[in-house]
Amino acid sequence: MAFVDFKNVWLAYNDELLAQGHFAVEDISLSVTEGEFIAIVGPSGCGKSTFMKLTTGLKMPSKGSIHIGGQAVTGPLKISGMAFQAPSLLPWRTTLDNVLLPLEIVEPYRSNFKARRREYEAKARDLLKSVGLAGYESKFPWQLSGGMQQRASICRALVHEPKMLLLDEPFGALDAFTREELWCTLRDLQAAQKFNVILVTHDLRESVFLADTVYVMSKSPGRFVVQREIDLPRPRDLEVTYTPHFTDIVHELRGHIGVVRKLAPATP
Amino acid sequence: MKLTKSFERWSPFVLLALVLLLWQGVVSAFGIAEFIFPSPWQIGLQFIEFQGPLLEAAWKTFWVTMLGFGLSIAVGVMLGFLVGSSRLVYAALYPLLVAFNAVPKAAIVPILVVWFGIGLGPGVLTAFLISFFPITVNIATGLATLEPELEDVLRVLGAKRWDVLVKVGLPRSMPYFYASLKIAITLAFVGTVLAEMTAGDSGIGYLMQSAASQQRMSLAFAGLVTIGAMAMAMYELFSWVEHRTTGWAHRGSHAA
Repeated sequence: MAFVDFKNVWLAYNDELLAQGHFAVEDISLSVTEGEFIAIVGPSGCGKSTFMKLTTGLKMPSKGSIHIGGQAVTGPLKISGMAFQAPSLLPWRTTLDNVLLPLEIVEPYRSNFKARRREYEAKARDLLKSVGLAGYESKFPWQLSGGMQQRASICRALVHEPKMLLLDEPFGALDAFTREELWCTLRDLQAAQKFNVILVTHDLRESVFLADTVYVMSKSPGRFVVQREIDLPRPRDLEVTYTPHFTDIVHELRGHIGVVRKLAPATP
Repeated sequence: MKLTKSFERWSPFVLLALVLLLWQGVVSAFGIAEFIFPSPWQIGLQFIEFQGPLLEAAWKTFWVTMLGFGLSIAVGVMLGFLVGSSRLVYAALYPLLVAFNAVPKAAIVPILVVWFGIGLGPGVLTAFLISFFPITVNIATGLATLEPELEDVLRVLGAKRWDVLVKVGLPRSMPYFYASLKIAITLAFVGTVLAEMTAGDSGIGYLMQSAASQQRMSLAFAGLVTIGAMAMAMYELFSWVEHRTTGWAHRGSHAA
């Protein structure tokens, strides 16, 4: 049984658009096994973020069905954690308190947060340590570099032990070296905790290095046009990105993006 | 470096001294009559002579202002909360608030006098009416400028509107709130003095009005200086509170 199961999912943002037949995403079907790392690549505005909203239950499909963990999605899914390109940490909270924020909101942590705060703090500290932020717990977000803020943001997404991590271009604003460091951080976290990851990105190398399966999405209509299994053995080292096989896969995917571009109607 | 720092600190006083000297110089040089335009020295003498009445009037004005200001914080925060957290309330209420704010408050004082008589009522209410608007607008702005991504992060965890407001919206609007307090307190003084001048029986506004009608211009100026000093002191107080409580929003000046 697939963990994430989309069956012919269509979404129009409102009834008016639905009546006109304008869909943000069209006829999406996919099936992701438990613990799988998938990446979705495509040109900007192709509905990648819409896909995220569908997967987290923040939006309901206009047509089709979504099952996650065997259950039909009917509302926001607490088993998911999200992180975005902007770390959006709260500037009045320390790094540690920022990471603890989800526990103040999501059940079952919420009701016993005050009583077991110490335990949760220890857990958050461990998590921060695992991404290399030990010693920065009591610093404020604006005292951290962009890469560190993004690490903290990923910790915040993971602190309630979600089964599914959704990342929307999380490394898009970072420099190339920091980005590669964070690839490795994410790779190690996922290897250790085996959660599902859905990574939305522009970066083909990123998607090939990290994911088990890469989906290429086309723009208006937002559809999946290619599904590509990445057969590189794990654990993957950054060195793998310089091998011919890796380059071939990236090149092949690039080819699909090119086709997608040509097919899409010209936009002003 | 150190010298420039301390000079920066003392610069307002230096400028004040220079202005006073120039003022004194002009008045003396041209022999301007006291009942037209008094010199700083003459104003200073009035301060000593009318110490008692000035202090009494200042105290009265001060607490009337504080009552109105307290009212405007309570109402301003509440309205700001409503306007900032509900699109419907925003759409319905905001145009009315703007229209109301544009009404000159001097025009309202006589109406307030008819309703509440001479005395406390008009002063407190004018101070309130003139000063709640910036508080409302600032709270509403703080609440409304929430990043959509952050809202998604929280909503997916099952956060209710209320959670988002309390955990993110309110703390985020605090710097706006304190900034608005600084503006509101100076406006509240304007409101009180306005009411006292038009329809008061005590306070600095009343004192200035009577002094001016007796052509005691130096005393009227002494009243002006008193109001200015009080408003400035309160402004500085709220600045200080702002820096203490929402330092994260002013990190530029604190960052190590």
